[in-house]
Amino acid sequence: MEWRDEGVVLSVKLHGENAVIVDMLTAQHGRHSGLVRGGRSRRLRPVLQPGNSLMLHWRARLEDHLGSYSVELMTARAGILIDDGFALAGLTAASSVATALPEREAHSALFSAYEVLMDNLEDPDIWPMLYVRWELGLLQELGFGLDLATCAVTGVKEGLAYVSPRSGRAVCVEGAGQYKAQLLALPGFLTGPTGADTTERDVLDGLALTGYFLEKQLFGPLLGHLPEPRTRLVDIVHKRLTPKAEI
Amino acid sequence: MRTPLTGPEIQRLIDLLAKLPGLGPRSARRAVLHLVKKKESLLQPLSEAMVDAAEKAVICTTCGNVDTRDPCTICVDTRRNAASLCVVEDVGDLWALERAGAHKGRYHVLGGTLSALDGIGPEDLHMGRLIERVAAGEITEVILAMNATVDGQTTAHYITDKLAGTDITISRLAHGVPVGGELDYLDDGTLSAAMKSRRPV
Repeated sequence: MEWRDEGVVLSVKLHGENAVIVDMLTAQHGRHSGLVRGGRSRRLRPVLQPGNSLMLHWRARLEDHLGSYSVELMTARAGILIDDGFALAGLTAASSVATALPEREAHSALFSAYEVLMDNLEDPDIWPMLYVRWELGLLQELGFGLDLATCAVTGVKEGLAYVSPRSGRAVCVEGAGQYKAQLLALPGFLTGPTGADTTERDVLDGLALTGYFLEKQLFGPLLGHLPEPRTRLVDIVHKRLTPKAEI
Repeated sequence: MRTPLTGPEIQRLIDLLAKLPGLGPRSARRAVLHLVKKKESLLQPLSEAMVDAAEKAVICTTCGNVDTRDPCTICVDTRRNAASLCVVEDVGDLWALERAGAHKGRYHVLGGTLSALDGIGPEDLHMGRLIERVAAGEITEVILAMNATVDGQTTAHYITDKLAGTDITISRLAHGVPVGGELDYLDDGTLSAAMKSRRPV
């Protein structure tokens, strides 16, 4: 068995003294692990860093075997991002949330969105919104998509401001009525175009929204809580929002 | 079943040596053969040294270094700059910096890096002890000498956040072209990091 595909490194785990097991998000084969012999070598260590895009050649005797990868670097991102704490927080959060994907199940659209997110991690004005959209896409791909098109109460398409934590459907301001406090805030950039007026408060609302459903539907049953890098990302965005005097 | 080549005592020595990093069963056999041939000059002093080290080796409760005394030799050395603290991931990193003579202050060994995959969180590393040492007031500079990996730098940024409220100077090691490195042979990530960290001359 063998195939060639491109993928982004999610995580790397040591295997013996010189080999590593690398977990990749690939374009055509979904989340797929494989053994890289010599992965601890001086040549391959900088290549096998989370966020880097690689060309992969996977080989195994049987389809359900772990198999081994031959890798070639396509886009090196880790080297650029390691100086930027905020970008690294996004990278590690995305890598850890992607582990919710089942192995060997193709999600090409999600892979493309992940690559766009990785390509924009250098721009702190854009990537947080892309990140929240990517998490929404992940929920959608795994069958837990939110319905943000119309208000669940009135049926209108304008003025959507909340999401019901129970049904995952959008609710407009009028429809929310006295139940506002029990609903999750829906930031404008998730229903309309990503505008320059999006604030870090909107990003926090977006992270709270996707975080709620990620925990409820995916990570709660698995781990009991969201992955730590995801929680740390919220803390960092919160710190950026809070004036220094209040910290 | 294959007939053993040697008696159980020597076989046990081979099996144990084969568990060391860099050694397999074949190289362990070669090492044991060499040791047995040089019994008086090598095997016996080695066994005595190992028994001695096993009895006396301890982890320094101040910095996490491995030594035969607690606090360790580095922590009690009054000639060192007590105001400068270098934070490293592992004892091997501390030894590498000492070998290079690159740091004249003291150290703090974290014992690893944050890693979601391996389930290593801040509470699994010696972060609390680091915060305590910094809060004690003697330290004015913290040098984050973490590996230039995503996990290493995530840990470095985490520590920077934790120490943000204090008035100490926090710095990190430079990332870029190694001494003797030729640009043509460097990986893309290192080249990008070097270009990003360029400085005026």
